[in-house]
Amino acid sequence: MPDEALHVHEPYQTAAQQAEADTMGMYVFLATEVMLFGGLFAAALMLRTVHHDEVIAASRQLHIWIGTANTVLLLTSSLFVATAVVAARTGTRRLCAGGLIGGAVLGLCFMALKAVEYYSEYREGHLPGFGLPAHFSNGAEHLFMNLYLIATGLHAFHLAVGIVLLLSLAARVLWTSFPLPERSITVTLFGLYWHLVDVIWIFLFPVLYLAR
Amino acid sequence: MTSERADYADLPGAAGYGESEAIQKSYLRAGHTLRSWFLTTDHKRIAILYLISVTFFFFVGGAAAALIRADLLTPQGDLLSNEGYNRAFTLHGVIMVWFFLIPSIPTTFGNFLIPLMIGARDLAFPRLNLLSWYIYVLGGLCTIYVLISGGVDTGWTFYTPLSSMFSNGHVVMAATAVFIVGFSSILTGLNFIVTVHKLRCPGMSWGRLPLFVWSHYATSVILVLATPVLSITLALIAAERVFQLGIFDPALGGDPLLYQHLFWFYSHPAVYIMVLPALGVISELITAAARKPIFGYWFVAGSSIAIALLAFLVWGHHMFVAGQSMYASEIFSFLSLAVAVPSGIKVYNWTATLYKGHISLDPPFLFAMGFVGLFVVGGLTGLILAMVAIDVHVHDTYFVVAHFHYIMVGGTVSAFFGALHYWWPKITGRLYNLVWGRVTAVLIFVGFNLTFFPQFILGYLGMPRRYHVYDPHLQVLNDMSSSGAAILAVAYLIPFVYLFYSLRYSPAAPANPWDVTGLEWTVPSPPPKHNFDEIPVVTTKPYNYPVEQKGDGDA
Repeated sequence: MPDEALHVHEPYQTAAQQAEADTMGMYVFLATEVMLFGGLFAAALMLRTVHHDEVIAASRQLHIWIGTANTVLLLTSSLFVATAVVAARTGTRRLCAGGLIGGAVLGLCFMALKAVEYYSEYREGHLPGFGLPAHFSNGAEHLFMNLYLIATGLHAFHLAVGIVLLLSLAARVLWTSFPLPERSITVTLFGLYWHLVDVIWIFLFPVLYLAR
Repeated sequence: MTSERADYADLPGAAGYGESEAIQKSYLRAGHTLRSWFLTTDHKRIAILYLISVTFFFFVGGAAAALIRADLLTPQGDLLSNEGYNRAFTLHGVIMVWFFLIPSIPTTFGNFLIPLMIGARDLAFPRLNLLSWYIYVLGGLCTIYVLISGGVDTGWTFYTPLSSMFSNGHVVMAATAVFIVGFSSILTGLNFIVTVHKLRCPGMSWGRLPLFVWSHYATSVILVLATPVLSITLALIAAERVFQLGIFDPALGGDPLLYQHLFWFYSHPAVYIMVLPALGVISELITAAARKPIFGYWFVAGSSIAIALLAFLVWGHHMFVAGQSMYASEIFSFLSLAVAVPSGIKVYNWTATLYKGHISLDPPFLFAMGFVGLFVVGGLTGLILAMVAIDVHVHDTYFVVAHFHYIMVGGTVSAFFGALHYWWPKITGRLYNLVWGRVTAVLIFVGFNLTFFPQFILGYLGMPRRYHVYDPHLQVLNDMSSSGAAILAVAYLIPFVYLFYSLRYSPAAPANPWDVTGLEWTVPSPPPKHNFDEIPVVTTKPYNYPVEQKGDGDA
């Protein structure tokens, strides 16, 4: 396929070889992401082991319904992105862009709910580190909220990156001659990243919210 | 003797000292603009960019070491203030660990050689490779900012609560620098892993990979899996210092020991990031010197992987006196001792490879021999430190300092120079003066031992690390160490002269000046821009030297 040959870069012989390498590169990158959050989960494990009762008490103060709604939002967004990947492979451009945009919009909804949650915690004096004197009943609760803020903050950062990626890719699919299905590998890789951000939340949610 | 290695004087092209055809067609001549260097995606050019940058930081870190050794000449610490001394050894550690030792061999020789050795035209992600260099430079600029704005005094370990609550240096900036350079490591490791998996040429099965590639593969696994843990740990330190989000602060119920666990979970594997590529270099140098197949290929390759796996399970031996559980200490002690097995396999197999080989005393071989000697001393003293009872006695003394310098400086830096002398003709297309190479190898070995052997005794006598005011009766040993450092400094500077000299005045190198095996020696020196005009097909084992049988006679 001459069209396909155009998209093979220097060290590669075939498009298939290039796609395999790209996929593997993304998986290795995701492994580094798992290790990045792994440090935070190790800290959470230590906190939970050392201060069992205080952690349970602190977890009860989190807004579990916002957390649950956000879990639903993210899981649904992954469905949209998975649809976009399938559409990209069959070359259905509009469906592909629609799936990407749908995923990104649900991601934005997640961020909006998260902001509401942060704000109410800030008002209640549970959110550390923003000037307002937070009042905690004990040190372990303070620590739990520190960890909560750092972990969800880092996750939100990853989600923001994901939203930008999905929207920019959707724009390329809609308004440029982004070759589909030849370059569907790009959609697959962005999708993999999005799913990982989703999976990290699937672990953060029980560790933070359901530890009650 | 089957080797037909010619003397340099007889080589074609030697007479004119001009440019060979290979040089004119090489990657070095594929563009002369700054743009063609700073926006290159050619792994060979990126390797050169890295070589220049890591060498720069090697000498910055070395200057800090020179200050330290000069200050320790007298027991009162006459040269530096207490604060100044703390800042000098911190910068020495930070720069040497993250800006020289970790990137040194992988980003220069790994970058240059892995595609050539496996028959590929480039790494899997050429643009990512360039990006990793820019990230490295950004991290380096942050470090230089820390350096000129007054430094940081926590030691390279950034232990809490000193770093998070009490230190008045530029902790956040230094942590940022290390955080940034970590991503450069991650990208390099990712690139190598995918390259080795996906870009091997036809016939290059896993069992035919050069051992240099195996050790870089093992290194990359550590780079990719350990570095992110350091990133998050440093981010937590910064969060604690800037936003008072304490994870490690005991006043908030946090745990300073958690910091040490997370830090060493990265930083002990990091030691193997530094030494594994060196082990790969030495495997190449020794088989090349012996001109024999390596003894026990799979054991040498497998020991690299074994070291990489064990690397993740030994971090607790840094914390024997930090108050962790005694049972944990015993297990960490056992696992640390276990690292000696794969390391020992390598040393024995190198020795067996050399046995009855036709050894030529060229600079790469002398560097390799220096490496083996120093690595053995460093490794054996590592065993001493891995035993809990002795560690309690010598913990945080100069014994530890001497031990890890034997591995990192004696080991890795010797291997770095060995690699430089072995592949210099391939990289630059120029031969260099072998006599000066030999002199340098011997001087480094002598200077190194004079610098660091007295430190074993100092440590055993009880001199703590990181002190610059010490008991006057330890002055003789300290002065021996400092004079050794002066020799070492000269020995590190000499190659500048003759290697740069070779660039202009030496004869052009043939494709295979050492008469050795390996795909990188089948292409011209220096290699053309795309490495291979035609992707090679491999049909034989690596190190496929003719083996002499009994009765062959001395040819």
